[in-house]
Amino acid sequence: MTFLESFLNALMLSAGYNTAVVAIGSALLGAGSGAVGAFVLLRKRSLVSDAMSHATLPGVVLGFLTGVWLFGDGRSLPLLLAGAALTAGIGMICVDWIKANTRLTEDTAIGTVLSTFFALGMVLLTVLQSLAISGQAGLSGFLLGSTSGMLSSEAMTIAAAAGIVALIVLALFKEFALLCFDEDFAGSTGLGVRRLDIALLTLLLAVVVIGLKTVGLVLVIALTIIPPVAARFWTERVSRFVPISAAIGATGSYVGACLSASAPDLPTGALIVLILFALFAVSMLVSPVRGLMSSLLRHRRFQKIVHLRQGLLAVAHDEPILEPITRKLLIKQRYLTGDLRPTEAGWSAARRIDRDQALWNLWREEYPDEAHALADWSLKPIDEVLSPDMVADLETRLAPHDAANAAGGAA
Amino acid sequence: MSAEIFLQFDFPSILLGSLAALCCGLLGNFLVLRRQSLMGDAISHVVLPGIVLGFLITGTLDSLPMMLGAGFAALVSVGLIELVRRLGKVEPGAAMGVVFTSMFAAGVLLLEQTGASGVHIDVEHALYGNLESAIWLEAAAWGDLLRPEILATLPVSVLRLVVVNMAVIAFILAFYKELKLVSFDPLFADTLGISSKLVGTLLIVMVAVAAVAAFDAVGSILVIAMFICPAATARLLTDRLSTQLVLSGVVAFSSGIIGYVFAAFGPVWLGHDMSVSAAGMIAVVAGLIQVVAMVFAPRYGVIARRRMQRA
Amino acid sequence: MDQAANTGGRGLKEAGQSATLDPKSPFSVSGLTVAYDRKPVLWNASFTAPEGELTAIVGPNGAGKSTFLKGSLGLIPKLSGEVGVFGRPIDEARRDIAYVPQRSSVDWDFPATALDVVTMGLYRRIGWLRWPGRRDKERAHEMLALVGMEAFADRQIGQLSGGQQQRVFLARALAQDARVYLMDEPFAGVDAATERAIVDVLKKLLSEGKTVLVVHHDLETVPVYFSHVLFLNGGTVAAGPVADAFTAENLQKTYGGRLAATQLAALDEAAAMKG
Repeated sequence: MTFLESFLNALMLSAGYNTAVVAIGSALLGAGSGAVGAFVLLRKRSLVSDAMSHATLPGVVLGFLTGVWLFGDGRSLPLLLAGAALTAGIGMICVDWIKANTRLTEDTAIGTVLSTFFALGMVLLTVLQSLAISGQAGLSGFLLGSTSGMLSSEAMTIAAAAGIVALIVLALFKEFALLCFDEDFAGSTGLGVRRLDIALLTLLLAVVVIGLKTVGLVLVIALTIIPPVAARFWTERVSRFVPISAAIGATGSYVGACLSASAPDLPTGALIVLILFALFAVSMLVSPVRGLMSSLLRHRRFQKIVHLRQGLLAVAHDEPILEPITRKLLIKQRYLTGDLRPTEAGWSAARRIDRDQALWNLWREEYPDEAHALADWSLKPIDEVLSPDMVADLETRLAPHDAANAAGGAA
Repeated sequence: MSAEIFLQFDFPSILLGSLAALCCGLLGNFLVLRRQSLMGDAISHVVLPGIVLGFLITGTLDSLPMMLGAGFAALVSVGLIELVRRLGKVEPGAAMGVVFTSMFAAGVLLLEQTGASGVHIDVEHALYGNLESAIWLEAAAWGDLLRPEILATLPVSVLRLVVVNMAVIAFILAFYKELKLVSFDPLFADTLGISSKLVGTLLIVMVAVAAVAAFDAVGSILVIAMFICPAATARLLTDRLSTQLVLSGVVAFSSGIIGYVFAAFGPVWLGHDMSVSAAGMIAVVAGLIQVVAMVFAPRYGVIARRRMQRA
Repeated sequence: MDQAANTGGRGLKEAGQSATLDPKSPFSVSGLTVAYDRKPVLWNASFTAPEGELTAIVGPNGAGKSTFLKGSLGLIPKLSGEVGVFGRPIDEARRDIAYVPQRSSVDWDFPATALDVVTMGLYRRIGWLRWPGRRDKERAHEMLALVGMEAFADRQIGQLSGGQQQRVFLARALAQDARVYLMDEPFAGVDAATERAIVDVLKKLLSEGKTVLVVHHDLETVPVYFSHVLFLNGGTVAAGPVADAFTAENLQKTYGGRLAATQLAALDEAAAMKG
C-alpha cells in the first residue's frame, strides 16, 4: 500500500478502528482548542498556555509516582493528566499572582513560571530515573506527544474530554464574547469578569492537558494559538471568528493525525502543528478579508486615491506638488504634462475635486460627529456617499459661504 | 572530596552553568524591561531545528556547524516573528507562539524523518542540556587555577562561554546608553536619530548568540530561566539600571554555583546516592531566589508593599 | 484651504524645477496624510510654522493633533506629505528638532532617575560608543534647575508626580538645544506649579528665537500663552496669528456645532488682549 493510499484510508476513517478513534479525538481536540484559543487571543493572553503546558511536567512525574505508589504501575493516563492539571493550575495561579502583586509584567511572569516549573519537572525526572522504576519511558511521550500505540480507551477519553470542552464553550459563547468586547457589561451581567476569566483559563488548561498525550507539552501551545491567529485573517466578526478558529483547529488536527498514522516516523504533534502552520500561512497570504495580498492591493488603491486627490487640490490652489509619486500619478492620468503643466482635463478634474472637497469640509463643519465616524470622508466624491438631498443642501449653503469668504478676503 | 576530583569533574560543570547563566542573565535585563521576556523562550526553542539543519548539511556532530545552524534558525525566527507581527498585524505574543512552535515542530519532524535521532541529537538533550559531561582532566591541584597553560585545557565549551560572556559585557558597555534609551522611550530615540529598530535588532542578535552558546551546555530551559529570573529578581531590588545589571549578574552566577552544588551533593546529604539534573536545579534555584525577592524585597516585595499600603 | 497663501504659492512650473520646501521656514508640512487602517486621521494637512513664534495646535478630540506631530516627525508611517526643517528633509535635521511626547507614552516604572532621563536629550550629541561625561551631567542638572526640578535629580521617575514627570520631559527637550520644539499636550493634567514652569520655559525658548509648536487642549489660555494658532480637524482648518485667526468663525469650523461657553470665554480673552 502506498503512502498516499494509507493516508486516504486514514482520512476516510477506514484505516482501522484505533486510527479512526485517534483521528476523531484529535479533531475534537483541535476544535475545542481552536475555540478556547480564539477567546484567549481576544483577551490578549495567548502565551498563558505556554506557561501552563510547561508547568504540566512536574505534575506528570508526580502523577506517575502516585500511580506507582497506589497500583505499582505509573502508566495510568487519568492519573498522569490529573497531576498535569494540578501543577498547570498552580502555574496559572502563580502567573496571576506575580502579575497582581509585583511590579513584574505578564510576559516576565509567564517566563518565570514556565522555566521554573519545567526545571522542577526535569529534576523530578532525574529522581525518577535513579529510582529505576519500570514504565517511565512512556513519560517522554508527553514531551512531544505520540498517538502510535495509544490505546483506544485512551483515545476515547481524549475525544470525550475534548467534546465536553467544546460543549462548554458553546454554552458560554455569549458570555465569553461579552468578556472580550465589553468587559464592563460582562461584569454587570452577574457572572462577573473574574469568574468568566477563570472559566476561560480553566478551559484553556483542560485543552492543554488533554492535548499533552497527542501533541506533547512543547507543541500543545500551537494548538491554542495558531488556529485563532489564522482565523483572524478571515473575518472581523466574533460570531464567525470563533467557529472559523475551531474549524481550522479541527482540520489541522484531523489531517495531521491521519498523516501521522499513514507511515512510521511521522510524529503526530509535529505534523499537526505543521499543517496548522500551513493553514495559517495560506490564510495570512490569500484571505480576501485581511490577508496580505488583498491588503497590499487595497493599500495601493487607497494610496492612489489620496495622492490623486491631493495632487488635484494642489493644482486647483496653484500650490507646488512636491511628492514624486503624486506627480507620476497625475502625469499617468494625463492631468499633468511631462513638464508638470496641468492639461485641460487636469484643470477640470482639479475644479471638480476642489468643489467636492469644499462640500466635504462644509459637511464636516455641520456634522462633525458623523464625519468623524465616516471612513470615506473626503476620499470618495461626496454625491456617491451622502444622500442627494444632503448634497443639494450643502451646495446651496456653500454659495453664500463662498461669498462671505470672498468678502472677508477683500476686506 | 579531593581537590583533584572537584577540579576535574565538578569545577568545569560549575563554570559552564554559571557562565551560561551570566551571559543570558545580563541580556535578560533588557528583554524584561522591553517586555520581550519570551523572546528568549522563542529563540531557545528554535535552536532544535537549527542544530538538526546544521547536522544534516555537514553530516558531523561538531559543535561549530550545529551552533551556526542554531544561530541561523534563531535569526530566521526573529525575522519571521517580526514579519507575522507587522504584516499580519498579530499581537507580539501570539506571533511568537505561531513561529516558535512551528519551527520546533519542523525540527522534530526533520529529526525523525532523517534518522538523525539515531545518532545522538535528541530533543531531551536540547531541552535539558548536558552540564555534567564537562571534564577537565589536566587539572590536579588548586594551583592549576593560576596556570595559564593548564587553564587553556579547560573544555572548549567553557572557553566558548568565556568568549561569549566577554562579548556580551562589551556589547552592554558599548551600547549602554542606547540600550537604556530605546528600552525606555523608543519613539524619542527615533526623533533623536538613534534608530530604536537598529538597537533592538542588535540586542536580539546578542540574545541569539548567548542562547546558542549556552543551550549546548545547559539546555534551552535553563537558558529561558536565566533570561528572565535573575533580571526579574534584580528588578525588584533596585531602581537603577546599572545596579540592576550588576545584581542580575550576581544572581545568575551564584544560581549556577548553588544549583550545581544542590544537584550534585544535595541528594547525598539527604542520604541518597544519586544526583539530579544540574541544569534543572540551577533554574529552580534561580526561580526560588526570585520568589524570595518577590516576597521580601525591601521596597517592591509583597510584604513591604502591604506594609506601605497599611501605613 | 486657508493655508494656500502660506505654503509659498509658487507656480507649478517653478515647483517642478526645484521641489523643495521653503528653506526659510523652520518647520513646514505640506499635504500630510496619515491613515490608520485606510481611514485617514489626518488629511492633506499643511502648515508653515512662523519662525521664532509660539504656535498652539488646537482641535477637537480625534482631530489628529498628535498624529500631525508624530506623522511629520516620521514616528508613524505617513501616506503622503513632505516635511521640511529649514528646507531640509526631516532625517537630515534631527539635530534641530526636539520633541516632547505625551506623558503616557512611556513606562514610568523604568529604572531611571530624573537626571538619567534629561541626559537622554544629550545622547545624540554625545555620539555612539561614548558614555555621558561630567559636563553632560552638569548640563542635565542645569536643565533640571530651569524647570525647578533640581532637587529631584536622583529620584526614580515613577516616584514623581504627573506634573513633575512632565517637567522632566521638558528639561530633556531643553537639553537637546534644538531650533524647533514640538510638544504634545504638555499642559494636560498638570498642577499649577508645573503650568507656570512650562510657561517660563516657553518664554525662555521664545526669547532665544526658537520656534515652538504646542498641542494644546485648553482654548481659554490660547490667547494668553500663544502668538499663533493652528486649527486642526482631520486636516488644516485655519492658521495664523491669534489676533487674526482666533475667531468665532474658525472655532465654529473646527469644533462644529454651536460655540460652547469656554470657547466664547476664550474669544473674550482674545478680544481683551487685542484691546
